[in-house]
Amino acid sequence: MKAVLNSQPNQVGIKRGKLFLLRIKRDALLYALLLLPIAYIAIFKYAPIYGLIMAFQDYNIFEGIRGSEWVGLDVFRFIFEQDSFYRALKNTLVLNVLDLIAGFPAPILLAILLNEVGQARFKKITQTVLYLPHFMSWVIIGGIVYLMFSNSGMVNHFIAALGLEKIEFLSQKVPWLITYIFVGVWQNIGWGTIIYLAAITGINKELYEASDMDGCSRLRKMWHITLPGIKPTINILLILQIGRMVSIGFDRPFVMGNSLVSEYSDVISTFVYRVGISSGDFSQATAVGLFQSVVGLTLLIGANYIAKKLGEDGIW
Amino acid sequence: MVKLVKNVRPGKKMSVADIAILVFIVALSFTCIVPFLYMIALSLSSNEAIVAQKVGLWPVDFTIETYKTILSDMDMLYTLGYSIVLTIVFTVVCMFLTICAAYPLTKKRLWGRNFILSALVFTMYFSGGLIPSYILVKNLGMMNTVWSLILPGAMSVFNLIILKTFFTSLPESLEESASIDGCSDLGILLRIVLPLSLPSIATLSLFYAVDRWNGFQDALFYITKKELYPMQLKLYQIISANQQLDSQQGGEGSIGSFIVPESLKAASVMFTTVPILLIYPKLQKYFVDGVMTGAIKG
Repeated sequence: MKAVLNSQPNQVGIKRGKLFLLRIKRDALLYALLLLPIAYIAIFKYAPIYGLIMAFQDYNIFEGIRGSEWVGLDVFRFIFEQDSFYRALKNTLVLNVLDLIAGFPAPILLAILLNEVGQARFKKITQTVLYLPHFMSWVIIGGIVYLMFSNSGMVNHFIAALGLEKIEFLSQKVPWLITYIFVGVWQNIGWGTIIYLAAITGINKELYEASDMDGCSRLRKMWHITLPGIKPTINILLILQIGRMVSIGFDRPFVMGNSLVSEYSDVISTFVYRVGISSGDFSQATAVGLFQSVVGLTLLIGANYIAKKLGEDGIW
Repeated sequence: MVKLVKNVRPGKKMSVADIAILVFIVALSFTCIVPFLYMIALSLSSNEAIVAQKVGLWPVDFTIETYKTILSDMDMLYTLGYSIVLTIVFTVVCMFLTICAAYPLTKKRLWGRNFILSALVFTMYFSGGLIPSYILVKNLGMMNTVWSLILPGAMSVFNLIILKTFFTSLPESLEESASIDGCSDLGILLRIVLPLSLPSIATLSLFYAVDRWNGFQDALFYITKKELYPMQLKLYQIISANQQLDSQQGGEGSIGSFIVPESLKAASVMFTTVPILLIYPKLQKYFVDGVMTGAIKG
C-alpha cells in the first residue's frame, strides 16, 4: 500500500519540488494537528533557551533582552567568586551523591525481594501501599515530616519513651541531612520498583528452571540470573541519574530546608530562586541555571559514552 | 506443566527466608501508612493533648473541632474547589496537545518527522531554566493569572513519547483497512486509534492530574493573589506559619504572628491528601501499566 503510494509520483515523473509539495498537501491534516504542540514547544521551551542570553548581559527588565547591555562573561566571573554559589553547588552535589548511594540501589533490592514473594494478593496490596508516597506532593510530605520529626513529634516521643535523648532532626545539620535522604528514599523506593519488576518479568523463565534442576540456591539465582537480567535497565537509569547530578528539584529542598540548616539545605535551585526571583538579579540567576544545564548535559553525554565504551547499552 | 511454569516452587513450605522477606515488606509498607495514621490522630486530638505529647497513633480527647474550623472556613473550601477545576482544565489541555502531537509523529512518511522528534527530545535534556521561564511568563502578561499554572507545563515530552509508543504498537492493518475504506487521517485517529488507546490516555491523564494537583513551585513563583492559590500553596502557608525555621524562604510564606495549632496543620495535610487517597486505589493499576509501556519500549 505504502509502496504504491510512494512510487506512483515518481513513475509519472514529477519533479522533486513538486513531490515535496504533494507530500505536504497529502499530510496537511497531520501538520495541522502538529501546529499547536509545536507552537507550545517553541514558546515555552525554546523561547526560554533564547532567554539564556541574559546570562551574558546586564539584564534590565524594562529594556528587555534587546536593549540590555552586553557584558560578556562578567556575570559568570562574578558568580564564580561568590562563596554562596559554591555552597549551593557543593550542597547540591552532596545531596545528589547521597541520594544516589542510598536511593538508587533501594528500589532494585526491593524489586528483587518483591519478585520472591509468591502470594499474588499479598504482593498486590503491599505494592499499592508502597507506591503511595510517590503521589504525595513535597508540601504534604514536608508537613508530615515537620509534624512527625519536630521536637514534640511522634518520633522524638518514641525516642524519649525508650529513655534516649531527643534528636533535633530538623534543626541540626547532620540529623537534618539524614532525615532528608531517608525521606527521599522512602518516597521513591516503592514507585522505583515498577520499572525493575517490568524488567524482571522479561527474563526467560527457563533460566530459573534450569538453575532449579542444578540445585542453585535462591541467592545464586538472584545474583546470576535476576541481576544480570535487569542490568540494561539499571544502566540506563544510572546514566540518567548521573546526568542529573548538578540539577536538583526545587520543592524537596525548599520545603524541607530551613534557616537553621541552610548551611546544608541551600542548593542551586533555591539559590536561583533567592537570587533571581526574590532579589531580582536575573542575569546572575540565569547564569547559574545555564551553568547547571551545561554541566548536566555534559555529565549525561559523558556517562553515556563511558557506558558504551564498557560495552553496555546507552540511552542513545 | 502449566502449573509448574506459573508457580516456580509448587507446594513448597515457606522457608525462613520467605518469612524474613514478608516481614521486611510488611514493615516497609507500615512506614507508608503510619504517617497518615498519625496525621489523622493529630487532627482529631485536642491541642492540649498534642502539646502535652500524649498523642500517638490514636486520637486523645477526641474532637472534630479542627475539621469544623476548616469546613466553616470558606477559603479552604473555595481553594479545594478551585484546585479541582484547575486540575481538570489542565489535564484536558495537556491531553489535547499530547494527542495532537503523538498521532502525526507515528507516521513514518511524514516529512520533517525526525527533525521535529529531535527538537522535542532535546528539550528533555536541555532547558532554559527557572529564570528565563519566569521572565517569559512575566512578558506574556500571565503573572497572577490562571494561565501561568496551565500553559507553561501544558505538555510533557516524556508523556508524549509514551503515547506515541503506544500508538505505534497498535496493529497497522487496522489503520490500513480503514484508509482503504476511505477514512481520513482524522477519522482514523478519532474512530480507531483513540478508542483503542483509552487505557493509555487514562494513565497519562492521571500523570498530568497528579502533577498539577501536587504542583507547588510554579504557584509560588507566579501567583501572589490569594484567590488564585492552589491547594499546595495554601497548605504550605498553613504549615510554615509560626514554624520559625522558615526565614530562609524570605518570610513570604508565613502568615506573620497568626498562630496555627498542630492539629489544624495535620487536618490541612489530610484535607489535601484525601482527594488523592480517594482516587488512588482504583487508578493505581493504570499508573503501573503506563510506566511499563514507557519503560519496555521507550
